[in-house]
Amino acid sequence: MAAGIRSPHTLLDIKGLRTQFGSGRNPVNAVQGIDLQIGAGEILGLVGESGSGKSVLALSILRLIQSPGRIIGGSILFDGKDVLAMSNRELSGWRGRDIGIIFQQPQSCLNPVRRIGWQVAEPLRQQEKLSRKAAWDKAVTLLRSVGIPAPEEKALAYPHQLSGGQAQRVMIAVALALRPRLLIADEPTTALDVTIQAQILELLRDSCRDFGTSLMLVTHDLGVVARLADRVAVMYAGRIVEEGPVAPMLTAPSHPYARGLLDAAPRLGQMGGLRLRDIPGSIPDLSQPMPGCAFAPRCELRANLGLSACLGELPPFIPISEHHAARCWALPQADGIYSTPMTMGTRA
Amino acid sequence: MAQYVVRRLLLLVPVVIGILLITFLMKALIPTDAVTAMYQGQLSEKEAAQAIATLRAKYHLDLPWYQQFFIYVGDLMQGDFGESIRLRKPVIDEIGYRYVNTILLTALSLVIALVLGLTTGILAAARRNTWLDVTATTVGLFGISMPAFFFGLLLILVFSVWLRILPVVPHGWMAIILPAFALGIIEAAPLSQVARSNMIDVMRRDYILAARARGQSEMALIFRHALPNALIVVLTVVGLQIGNLLGGAFIVETIFSWHGIGELAVNAIQWRDFALTQAIILISAATYLIINLVADIMYAWLDPRVELVS
Ligand SMILES: Nc1ncnc2c1ncn2[C@@H]1O[C@H](COP(=O)(O)OP(=O)(O)OP(=O)(O)O)[C@@H](O)[C@H]1O
Ligand code: SF4
Ligand SMILES: [Mg+2]
Repeated sequence: MAAGIRSPHTLLDIKGLRTQFGSGRNPVNAVQGIDLQIGAGEILGLVGESGSGKSVLALSILRLIQSPGRIIGGSILFDGKDVLAMSNRELSGWRGRDIGIIFQQPQSCLNPVRRIGWQVAEPLRQQEKLSRKAAWDKAVTLLRSVGIPAPEEKALAYPHQLSGGQAQRVMIAVALALRPRLLIADEPTTALDVTIQAQILELLRDSCRDFGTSLMLVTHDLGVVARLADRVAVMYAGRIVEEGPVAPMLTAPSHPYARGLLDAAPRLGQMGGLRLRDIPGSIPDLSQPMPGCAFAPRCELRANLGLSACLGELPPFIPISEHHAARCWALPQADGIYSTPMTMGTRA
Repeated sequence: MAQYVVRRLLLLVPVVIGILLITFLMKALIPTDAVTAMYQGQLSEKEAAQAIATLRAKYHLDLPWYQQFFIYVGDLMQGDFGESIRLRKPVIDEIGYRYVNTILLTALSLVIALVLGLTTGILAAARRNTWLDVTATTVGLFGISMPAFFFGLLLILVFSVWLRILPVVPHGWMAIILPAFALGIIEAAPLSQVARSNMIDVMRRDYILAARARGQSEMALIFRHALPNALIVVLTVVGLQIGNLLGGAFIVETIFSWHGIGELAVNAIQWRDFALTQAIILISAATYLIINLVADIMYAWLDPRVELVS
């Protein structure tokens, strides 16, 4: 179990979550046993290579996985409510009001034939039951608060008349219209111009701070993590391999994969534009069974140490400090003994 | 918007002139001399020669062709479509009420096609790969491969001969029921398929996922978010289909003795009634143009991405 920070109030509590695509002989195990907590008001950075399952995790949390994908195990508790047990009706009451999500491509997430104001006002009219006029006025206010210039006129515009940055601002306005308690942002600035990425991220951080909204920020950008996140989780091949507070995670990551990915401490300090490092090799085929550590084929440490348990058995989460843990056989246990295969056999 | 409409109207001018020229020149292409047809076997040779001379003068046949053309257009503008040689009355008198009948039939079958086609298409898309979808698709395939006249005959057989719900030769408003359904059901089939495939396509878009993520119900997603997008494509198909409906009306009207333009057209050609045929072609072409214009304007109105000003 990950040693997540136990903030006074755990908003989201995920245990053993598994999501699979396809049902044939070799389904793709995109998320295979994830434990994760997000506290109220907390900002969690989620990083990992392309294909590591970050988006699938994000969609799974909102129960938005479409066929042929499905959640096959685990539990998701949101403020104590069992998300996996919710009916469709309960889900639509919960989504938008308590939890929101924004995606990478803001332009394609806006309905091309509806006015911007209509789209921002929709949750206010449908869920808050505001009148047409009141919802529209509130939508204009929201557009102004996310930094859309001339919001009265822009409310009448259609999505194709917005720039990418404006579209993402609109998406943030829509997602936060009902002041949800958790916002998931899946690479919200990847598709945007570098010059406006920082503005959008600041907007996200400030809006979340103002509303007390927790944020799960999926990103490939270490600078973003450094500037925004309270805590970082590193994902690899459908699992979280290391998790901890932002400072030790960026300066002294423990897992060999996280080390390869995050080892960029000298370059920190700027906002935006700092990509994760590339690691030689690629993510394993998620449709094949993986009894051991999924990173083993690419792991230099394993090769250097000649560890053999890595291939045979999944390493457990090993605590590094109170709120910091990683899944790796090569980590020193609390008693100072390495839980490597050499010592494992001899340990009591 | 007004600017767009004006621009579309201006674009129509050369088309209209073209149509007028073609109907005007059709005279030259008709193998039977109209005058001969008019008095076939009724007059002696001498009388005929005299009649021909009179008629040539009456119809300005001695003038150069372009002058004839201007006279032709001028007459049309005054509502003078010439005289039917068979019916012995102004063409406009016969065409007027029949045109209304055809528009009624086409409009009613369009409503039937839209209601049937859209509901089955949307339902099939919403319940994709269920028995409902499979049934709708299979029935639709029959609809697409069946000609309207054959389906019309089937309807007569079932409702008039077997079930005896409707008379074989119905009168008054009842007469429109079978032809309207014959045309409407046949045209509903392709409409349903287009609606289904477009709804399925649209429901896969990111903005539907995003709206679902904001808590919009499936009903809201289908009707508030997906349908307006899918309708844009459906509408272009409807525009084309009205052409089909008009064409189909020609045959179906004859089968069901519905006194519309179509039935008249079939007769006019058999009678070699030139003025009548000419007027029917002209009015059908004009109707087609207007329908396309309306479809285009509605398209621009529905899809904000269409630039209204050039
Ligand atoms: N609809 C789907 N059908 C089949 N497989 C899918 C589907 N969506 C995701 N996957 C699989 O799940 C795995 C994880 O994908 P995911 O999109 O979550 O990665 P990611 O970490 O978000 O990558 P990126 O950084 O590129 O966004 C991939 O192997 C992908 O092939
Ligand atoms: S468990 Fe073994 S293979 Fe996996 S990261 Fe640790 S050392 Fe490398
Ligand atoms: Mg992704």
